[in-house]
Amino acid sequence: MIHLEKRPQPSRAWALMTPVIAVIVTMIAGGLLFAALGKNPIEAIRTIFYDPLFGEFSFYYRPQLLVKGGPLILIAIGLSLGFRAGIWNIGAEGQYIVGAICGAAAGLAFYPMESIVIFPLMIFFGALGGLIWAMIPALLKVKFGTNEILVSLMLVYVAEQLLASMSLGLLKNPEGFGFPGSRNFQSYDSAHNAELITGTGMHWGVVAAFIAVIFSYILLNKHILGYNIRLTGEAPRAARFGGVNPTRLVLFCMGASGALAGLAGLFEVAGPAGQVSIDFNVGYGFTAIIVAFLGRLHPVGILLAGLLMALTYIGGDIAQSSLSLPSAAIQVFQGMLLFFLLALDVLTNFRIRFATKGAA
Amino acid sequence: MKLTKLLASAALVAGLATTAMAEKTKVGFVYVGPVGDGGWTYEHDQGRKAVVAEFGDDVETVYVENVPEGPDAERVMTQMALEGADLIFTTSFGYMDQTINVAKKFPKVKFEHATGYKTADNVSVYSARFYEGRAVQGHIAGKMTESNIIGYIASFPIPEVIRGINSAYIHAKKVNPDVEFKIIWAYTWFDPAKEADAAKALIEQGADVILQHTDSTAPQAAAQAAGNVVTFGQASDMSEYAPFPRVSSIIDDWAPYYIARTKAVMDGTWSTANTWDGIGAGMVGIGEISDRVPADVKAEAMAMVESLASGDYHAFTGPLKKQDGSDWLAEGETADDGTLAGMNFYVEGIVGDVPN
Repeated sequence: MIHLEKRPQPSRAWALMTPVIAVIVTMIAGGLLFAALGKNPIEAIRTIFYDPLFGEFSFYYRPQLLVKGGPLILIAIGLSLGFRAGIWNIGAEGQYIVGAICGAAAGLAFYPMESIVIFPLMIFFGALGGLIWAMIPALLKVKFGTNEILVSLMLVYVAEQLLASMSLGLLKNPEGFGFPGSRNFQSYDSAHNAELITGTGMHWGVVAAFIAVIFSYILLNKHILGYNIRLTGEAPRAARFGGVNPTRLVLFCMGASGALAGLAGLFEVAGPAGQVSIDFNVGYGFTAIIVAFLGRLHPVGILLAGLLMALTYIGGDIAQSSLSLPSAAIQVFQGMLLFFLLALDVLTNFRIRFATKGAA
Repeated sequence: MKLTKLLASAALVAGLATTAMAEKTKVGFVYVGPVGDGGWTYEHDQGRKAVVAEFGDDVETVYVENVPEGPDAERVMTQMALEGADLIFTTSFGYMDQTINVAKKFPKVKFEHATGYKTADNVSVYSARFYEGRAVQGHIAGKMTESNIIGYIASFPIPEVIRGINSAYIHAKKVNPDVEFKIIWAYTWFDPAKEADAAKALIEQGADVILQHTDSTAPQAAAQAAGNVVTFGQASDMSEYAPFPRVSSIIDDWAPYYIARTKAVMDGTWSTANTWDGIGAGMVGIGEISDRVPADVKAEAMAMVESLASGDYHAFTGPLKKQDGSDWLAEGETADDGTLAGMNFYVEGIVGDVPN
């Protein structure tokens, strides 16, 4: 018989190992799935994981990894702060949308003036928009004890309606022949979040993501606030006795994650996406939750997890066109990754014991 | 600049490689929904299959489905161009700016963008005059409704959708002056759950005919469950719901166009075009009108299809007023394509506002 025995302390080794094992198991299970669909599993796995990095056209795909991974990392870093303290902001998608709307509106207000202050202003309003949207569930939680999971999630749908209304009304391109969507920032230099060095995929959003990783690392390891966050997550009672103010912690964690999500939205709308449109949001806010957990809520882990997630998206699209894999199979494949990660988490907290028959 | 050069030379190399290999023409398709949506994307994929059937080994087609309208679309198009596509069809309105961006980087690759309005030396646009089909639909709907309430599941308030609402309304009103339209904006092209909710809400409000401008069969299923509600197939025939609730349909038939454009690339005769074809050219088809429609109504509808196809009749023929009561078209006057292409107003009689 196999027994699970609770470890006295979570295993550090397994905590580091499980993401790697999860990726390998996903490759195996995904390979079986692709084989069942009549594709060569090795070729499929190679197309998804190897080709974007080292294939013939990797010069194009590598920068795309940063473009796709940047917002994921930026949002996931913010979420990880709250998640560590047991504060569950599930509505980053909404904060991402509102950040994009506020930042874009700030930029469009100046059109067609050219000035170097416009983009910094947009960044400020992008962060502010996300912050305000996150403050709604945060304040409701600290004032009335509402559940931040539900409120932040529901506000995503409110934000989507707001986005539709903005694309069709206030921010609609007056020269767009009545079609929805704002002016395109790609043709408005002062407000365009362009590539910093052509061909690298590096834009300010990617830079912000890297800065967020560094700051979050310092915060969690060197700062009393980071210590309080970790303490609250690991031992809430001890934190209370230790004088941690839960209200301030909720406001800080929700606010920081909201502001970072808002920033991600702003950088996306002013750069790769280019315009406020009804379908602007494509789920970065939700995928970032997976990225945060895949990265073990650790800044460096999140950095790697964000790039890995981006890789499966880009590789998945390549596999679709070059191997005719259906997109549903790619989505299942991505789902497996989270599934195996959570399943293997058992090994971090439990030990497997093989009891002999005789003893039983 | 450097990347542009790099991409261009890579495309050149890829292009040379493919021509050297087998002279196969590679055609890419970017889809906004899944190929199994049973509507919009399904019909585009039928068009792709028709290209394969027509040219066999002379073509290779590739497609990517469920591509969000944004940076992902741009990446997928670039990927196809890098991998040697000669012709790329981008089949959703929201791919417009991305198509133009990628086309700039790959001047040798031809692009075809569905339902948009931006063209370039290597970008054509194409769309179908779905509003002709809506006219036939409106006629049948106006005759079939007993509650005089017709529900309309609209997707996005863009001219194409507003044209459809107006065309259906004008022709329903013509045969049934008491008819009333209830419009729900779903803000999606494809979301079975939302579409089903919208259909149920309309049925609860008394609608016994449901028209849809969304792509799934969910409203058909909702109508079937309700029992006495008439529907029409959208984008695809949706014949699995015939003869009732689905009594007819508007079918997008992209196959002839896709074959013609692929042929033009093969022959080297491709040039930028702005195609807007209707029933006459076969881009819009009217699915079989089922026996649940009375014979006289069916005959009238068929006659309308004939006259739309021959050009004797235009779906927007005056006298027509705008919703605010101002004159639009005088007696016998027909709408010009420019006004239709940018239509952002309801005609007189429709209740409610175009979302703004």
